[in-house]
Amino acid sequence: MKIVVVGLNHKTASVEIREKLAFSGPKLEEGIGQLMNMPEVKESALLSTCNRVELFTCVGNVPAAVENIMNFLSAFHGLERNDFEKSLFVHSDSEAVRHVFRVASSLDSMVVGEPQILGQLKDTFELALSKKTTGVLLNQLMKKAISTAKRIRTETGIAENAVSISFAAVELARKIFTDLQDKSFMLMGAGEMAELAARHLVNNGVRDVKVVNRTYERGCELAREFNGKAVRFEDFLHELVHTDIVICSTGAPAYVLLKDQMNKVMKERKHRPVFVIDISVPRNIDPEINNIENVYLYDVDNLQDVVQTNIHERKKEADKAEVIIAEEVGKFIKWMASLDSVPTILALRRKAEEIKNEELAKFSAKCPDMEDSKMKAVEYMVASIINKLIHPPTVALKQDTEDRDELIAMIKKLYGINGEENEE
Amino acid sequence: MGTILFELGLTFYFAAAIISTVDLFMGSRASSRLMLLAAGAGFVIHTSSIVYRYFAAGHIPISSMHEASSFFAWCVVLIFFLLEYRYKIGIMGSFVLPVVFLLMLSSSFLPREIRPLSPVLQSYWFGIHTFLAFLGNAAFAVAFGLGIMYLLQERNLKAHHLHGLFQRLPSLQMLDEMNNTMINFGFPLLTCAIISGALWAEQAWGSYWRWDPREVWSMIIWFIYALILHIRFTAGWRGKKTALLSVIGFMVILFTFFGVNILFKSLHSFQ
Repeated sequence: MKIVVVGLNHKTASVEIREKLAFSGPKLEEGIGQLMNMPEVKESALLSTCNRVELFTCVGNVPAAVENIMNFLSAFHGLERNDFEKSLFVHSDSEAVRHVFRVASSLDSMVVGEPQILGQLKDTFELALSKKTTGVLLNQLMKKAISTAKRIRTETGIAENAVSISFAAVELARKIFTDLQDKSFMLMGAGEMAELAARHLVNNGVRDVKVVNRTYERGCELAREFNGKAVRFEDFLHELVHTDIVICSTGAPAYVLLKDQMNKVMKERKHRPVFVIDISVPRNIDPEINNIENVYLYDVDNLQDVVQTNIHERKKEADKAEVIIAEEVGKFIKWMASLDSVPTILALRRKAEEIKNEELAKFSAKCPDMEDSKMKAVEYMVASIINKLIHPPTVALKQDTEDRDELIAMIKKLYGINGEENEE
Repeated sequence: MGTILFELGLTFYFAAAIISTVDLFMGSRASSRLMLLAAGAGFVIHTSSIVYRYFAAGHIPISSMHEASSFFAWCVVLIFFLLEYRYKIGIMGSFVLPVVFLLMLSSSFLPREIRPLSPVLQSYWFGIHTFLAFLGNAAFAVAFGLGIMYLLQERNLKAHHLHGLFQRLPSLQMLDEMNNTMINFGFPLLTCAIISGALWAEQAWGSYWRWDPREVWSMIIWFIYALILHIRFTAGWRGKKTALLSVIGFMVILFTFFGVNILFKSLHSFQ
């Protein structure tokens, strides 16, 4: 049995191909059902996200199975094989294991270190478990992929530091203020990025939210969304005195906040620090206000720089992660080898031998004056009972049947034979 | 024995200072912990060296420049650990422990022999006055470290320089609060030290205030820290100005401690 991964991702395929091959909604269960109908495929799981479609399988004969999977994809999605074949990758054995571990650890993601992929992989695993499409090998593979991803998350800084502008804003706010809960926040204007950043701030504890908009009604609408209050545009300078964090994204053609105005505001608020984020283009806030003490102004380019640096940092951490991956793949391959039948047969024999010797020793201790010839007969009898008992499992193990991996795992469990670190 | 303990303490502080400097540039959680461990070991040994000297001399060992520097360093470490216990900001060590090491180093170069206490010092005021003064100054030493941290972090934020040390320094608000805590702690101690000194002077020499250089400089220090508290209360100035003043304040303290002793003929000069 071999682990094979067939799939495509944002690196190998354009979005046009990815969306054509995606297994969305009900198609997922249908697809996995059809996949299991193939005689070559013993175990399978199917991962489909907007950036990747991956079929994790356990097969006996790799080329035949890959061929069948290609045909299945073509038939299922109604596509010519030529249209998508070049975009597919095929990994088998240790390469496949490595690939799954890297995907789970978000090393293969578009934004390295993003956390969603692990959740998506868990969903895939859960669906497979509920449909009973995975067995010994894939179950172990999924479990190890998840634990490796967690290990990498804690041992490297791959998921540290914001890699989106809206998160970067929250992270910066935390470097100015210790606790965001008692801080007040003002959103000026609207816009996707500004609203996203506002939402992150609220999620991170900011409770006092004010929304300023040229159209008061639009302001009220947004304010309701954030559980805040709407402020009329004419009053925003007055409100600024009681505001610690400002996100500005108005469509104004000129500065709406000038240095002199900010100077006055700072005096009134007794120079308490204020964090101003201007993500409007053209800028809406006089860049000069950054020179006022205790005012920290960031524009969209500054935030973009933060994001770029953090992405760079993550790439460095990814190198450390690759080392961990290599180590975990090694362990997994070792575990797979332990599933091989020969060591199991030997272990089973050893176990039987041990039981025999133990019981014979007890017996001869109980009957010390037994004649030698009788003792020989007893020994012979015990040996043949033991041999007869372990004969059928030995034969079964030696046969190269398709469910041998499961059989090996089963026999190990039934006879209490411990392999190398596989019982977790 | 006393010498061995002192040297051993110095060595541990040296290790802590080196680790803290390395930690500053390429820090990790492990190096922070190692730094605290070295400083902790240094502190325990240093404490026992002071206790040993107390019994050897028969009086509080703050009567020579060597003893005073050592005791000053001890107070700084004490306050550093109290603050570290409360806030758990390992990187603070990088800004405080080098100061500790330098104080200990200067102490190690000064004459170490135990001398009998001069008659004027043989008063219960001696212990009270010196202890208050050093504990207060030690709080200002930690405030100095925090002030530098604030100035660095504030410059990073203003210049949008957001990697490396920026990631490891705590928020401005926290640094400002800690600085404020240290000054609120140190200022009453300094005030009490000056008052107890005046009362003692009245007993010993018959007048509360004699315009001794040390007295004058202590007053200057008192005014600097009073100014920090005052502007925070009234104008609401905080952050950068407070941080800058607490750095300047500690410079003046160091000058008073080392410089005044050497430059001026003072009643406070050690023999």
